[in-house]
Amino acid sequence: MSVSLPGFADPVLSAQSSFRAILDAMSRPGTVHTAGHGLTPPAPLGQAAAACLLTLVDAETTLCLDDALETTRDWIGFHCAAPRSPAATAGFLMCHELPDLAALDAGSDDAPQDGATVVLQVASLCAGQRLTLSGPGLPSPATVAINGLPADFAERWAANHALFPRGVDLILCAGDALLALPRTVRITHAHKEA
Amino acid sequence: MTGYNFAYLDEQTKRMIRRAILKAVAIPGHQIPFGSREMPLPYGWGTGGIQLTAAVLGPDDGLKVIDQGADDTTNAVSIRRFFARTAGVTTTTHTADATIIQTRHRIPELKLTDKQIIVYQVPQPEPLSKLESSRAETRRMHGLAEYGLMHVRLYEDITRFGHVSISYDYPVMVGGRYLMSPSPIPAFDNPKMHMMPALQLFGAGREQRIYAIPPYTTVESLDFDDHPFRTTRAPHACGLCGAADSYLDEVVTDDRGGRLYVCSDTDHCETRRTAGHTGTESPPVDAPAEQAA
Amino acid sequence: MAYVAVKGGERAIDNAHAWLAEDRRGNPSIPPIDTAQIREQLGRSVDRVMAEGSLYDEELAALAIRQAQGDLIEAAFLVRAYRTTLPRFTASAPVDTAGMGIRRRISAVFKDMPGGQILGPTYDYTHRLIDFAEAAGFAPPPAPEMDSDGIAIGRINDILDSEGLIEADGRADGMAHGKAESEPGDLTRTPLAFPAARDIRLQSLARGDEGFLLAMAYSTQRGWGGSHPFVGEIRVGEASVDITPPELGFPIDIGDITLTECQMVNQFAGSKTQPPQFTRGYGLVFGHAERKAMSMALVDRALRAEELGETATAPAQNQEFVLYHCDNIEATGFVEHLKLPHYVDFQSELETIRRMRADAQKEYAA
Repeated sequence: MSVSLPGFADPVLSAQSSFRAILDAMSRPGTVHTAGHGLTPPAPLGQAAAACLLTLVDAETTLCLDDALETTRDWIGFHCAAPRSPAATAGFLMCHELPDLAALDAGSDDAPQDGATVVLQVASLCAGQRLTLSGPGLPSPATVAINGLPADFAERWAANHALFPRGVDLILCAGDALLALPRTVRITHAHKEA
Repeated sequence: MTGYNFAYLDEQTKRMIRRAILKAVAIPGHQIPFGSREMPLPYGWGTGGIQLTAAVLGPDDGLKVIDQGADDTTNAVSIRRFFARTAGVTTTTHTADATIIQTRHRIPELKLTDKQIIVYQVPQPEPLSKLESSRAETRRMHGLAEYGLMHVRLYEDITRFGHVSISYDYPVMVGGRYLMSPSPIPAFDNPKMHMMPALQLFGAGREQRIYAIPPYTTVESLDFDDHPFRTTRAPHACGLCGAADSYLDEVVTDDRGGRLYVCSDTDHCETRRTAGHTGTESPPVDAPAEQAA
Repeated sequence: MAYVAVKGGERAIDNAHAWLAEDRRGNPSIPPIDTAQIREQLGRSVDRVMAEGSLYDEELAALAIRQAQGDLIEAAFLVRAYRTTLPRFTASAPVDTAGMGIRRRISAVFKDMPGGQILGPTYDYTHRLIDFAEAAGFAPPPAPEMDSDGIAIGRINDILDSEGLIEADGRADGMAHGKAESEPGDLTRTPLAFPAARDIRLQSLARGDEGFLLAMAYSTQRGWGGSHPFVGEIRVGEASVDITPPELGFPIDIGDITLTECQMVNQFAGSKTQPPQFTRGYGLVFGHAERKAMSMALVDRALRAEELGETATAPAQNQEFVLYHCDNIEATGFVEHLKLPHYVDFQSELETIRRMRADAQKEYAA
C-alpha cells in the first residue's frame, strides 16, 4: 500500500529547502528549480510535486486531487492530512492535467490571497511548447519550453492574468524540477526564432 | 536549542507562514493576513520579521541583522543571537556575504543581488492607517484601489509647505496596483526598492500581516508631475570614510553644536575604510558604540 | 558556527542581563521566594497571569511572576510566549458552569433564590485598612465550613429564561464564518478580521487586559454606550474539564479549573421582529477574577450594539477599537518599542524640518 512509502527523510530541513525552491520559483517566474530529491512518492506523483504537497499542504488547508492521481490519495492523506475539497473551493489542487482555471477559486477583491494554488505535473520543463513570460520577477522577458500544457494555454492563462489581483497561481512540476507561474506573469506564444 | 524546533517555530506554523509568503509574492504589495504567533521577543520589536526569517532560513544561509543600518545596535544583536541560538545559522555583518538580511529602518547601501532576500520589520503595514483608522474600511479601499485619500493628503502638504513633508515610511505604489508602506525606512532608501534584484519580504507580527515585492518589480514613491518625489540626506560627506552619497547619522560630539556625520550603514563604512577611503575627521580608535547599561 | 564579533551592543546586552539577574534576586541575605508561596499567597496575581497569559497553569504562572519581579504583564508575556510553543492535542468539551463546585455565587437581581446568596471569600465588605497584625505574622483562625461546599447550583439566568424574559443562552450570533456552531474560532491561529463574530470577541476579551476592560466597562456606565446592566449572577468555583480522546471515544475528566463567570442582564427595548426582553453580556475568566469578568460582560454587551440594532457610537461599542487595543502583550510591545533607536527616521525628520525652516526664512526675507 502506498502509505508505507515515506515522506521527507528530514521533515524540517527538506521542507525548508523545498520551500526555498518554490519561493525562488514563484519570485522569478520561469526559472527552473529542483525539489524533492530522494523522495519516493507513489506513481504517478513525481518528486517535485510531492515535495510541494509535503511543504505547503496540511490539515489547515484544503486539497483537490484530480482523478489521475486517485492512486496517491492514501499517501497524500497520510502525510498531508488535508481535508479534501471540490475543485471550485480548494486552496490547493494537485493535477495531472490543466484544470479549467476559470472554475477555480480566484479569491475576492478584498482577499485575493484566497485564490487557489495549482500544482500541475507536466512531462517536461525543458522541451516542448515555447512560451514567453514577462512581469514582476523578470528583469526582461524570458522564454520557457514546457511539454504537457494544452496548445491554447497562453489564451487560457490570459483570462486568469486579467483577473489580477484575483487569480490562481500555478506550480509546474516534472520529475524533481519545478517552475512557477504566479498570476502576475504575462504569457505569450514565443516566436519560433526567439 | 533543546526543547525547540529548528528556527524556533513549529513546522505547522512555518507552513502557514510559507503559504502566506507565496501568496504575498504572487500579489505584490498586497497585505496577507496571517496567524502571527507570540514570539519570545515583544511585539513591535521585530516579531513579524523574525517569523518571516524563521520560515525562510536554512542551515546554508548567512544571516545579517541590522537596525538603523548598524549590526551592533542592541535589538539587532538580540535578534541575531536568537537565530544563532535557535538555528545555529552562520551570521555575518557583511552585506555581500549575507543571503538573508533582516532589517529595521534601512536598506543597505550596497546594491542587493538576486541571490539575496531582504526581510523588513514592519510596525504598521497599513499605509492608510493615519488617514482611516478602520481596517475593515482600508481593506475595502485596497480592494478597489481607491487611493484618492492619500493623494489628497500629499497635495495638502504641497499647498501648505511647498513639498511633501513625509520623510520616512513614504508610501509607494507596487506594480502599479497596491499602495504599500515601505516600513519606516527613510525616503532616501525608497528608490532602492524599485526593480531590486533581491526578493523583499515584509512582516508585521502585531498587526498580523505579511507582504512582499518580488524581484524586478516597479516601486514608485507617490508624487505629482509638478512635484516629483525627492529624497533628503544630511548635506555632508561621512566623517570617517568620506562617502558623499550614503545616508548619514548625525552624532552629537559636544554641547556646543559639534556634530559628526557618519554612514548609518556600518558595514558600508567599514568596507570603504578598509579599501582606503578616509573622511575629514580623523577616525577614532574605536567607532562609537553603545555603552553598557 | 561562524560568529562574527561586533562592537558595543553585544557586551551591553550581556552586562544588562547580568545586572537584571542580580536585581531580580534582590538582597541575597533575604530568603528567595518559593513559587509555592506565590501560588498560595498571591493567588490573584497568579489568576491574572493565567487569564492574560491565556494558559491555565498555576505553577507556571507563579514561576513567571517571580521571574518578572512581580510585573504581571511581563509575566503574562512569558506565559504567552511559552504557550505558543505547546502542541495542541485536542479541544475540551464546553465547561459546564452550572455544574461547577460553587465557592461564591451572588445575584443582584433577586433577594433570594435556590442555592441562596453565597458571599464566599470576598473583599467586598472588608474595610480597606492595612492589616498590621498580618505583617506581624498573625495567622487567621479557621473559617467556618460552608454547608453546601462544592455543590452544584443552577444559574439565575435559567430562571429568567424559563419565562422567556431573557434571550436564549449560547446565541453565538454569527460564529466565525464557515465554522459550525460547535467549533468556535481561535484568534491565536486565525488573524482577527472584522466584523468579528462573538466567539472571537469573547476570546479576545478573556485574554484582554483587565485595566483596559475595566476602563471600557466604566465608560459604558458613564454614558458612553450604556446598556442598563444588572448583575444577574457572579459565580466563582471549580469546573471540570472534559476531553474525548479519539482512541477512547467517550469523555474523560482531566481535572478542575477555577473560573469566574459573570452574567449581566441588560435592558433591550425590542425590535420589529423581537418583543422586549432582557439581553445578556457574558464574562468568563480563569481564576478568581470578578473585576475582569464583570468588565468583560459589560464590554461584551456593548459590542453587541449593532447586532441588537442599537446605534453604536461609543468606543466600547466599536469592535475594532476594543479588540485591537485590549491585548496588553501587543500594547506593551508597541508602546515600549519606542525605546528602540529611531535615529535614522529622526535624522530624516531633522533634515526635512531644517529644509522647511530654511524655505520659510527665505520667504520671510523676500
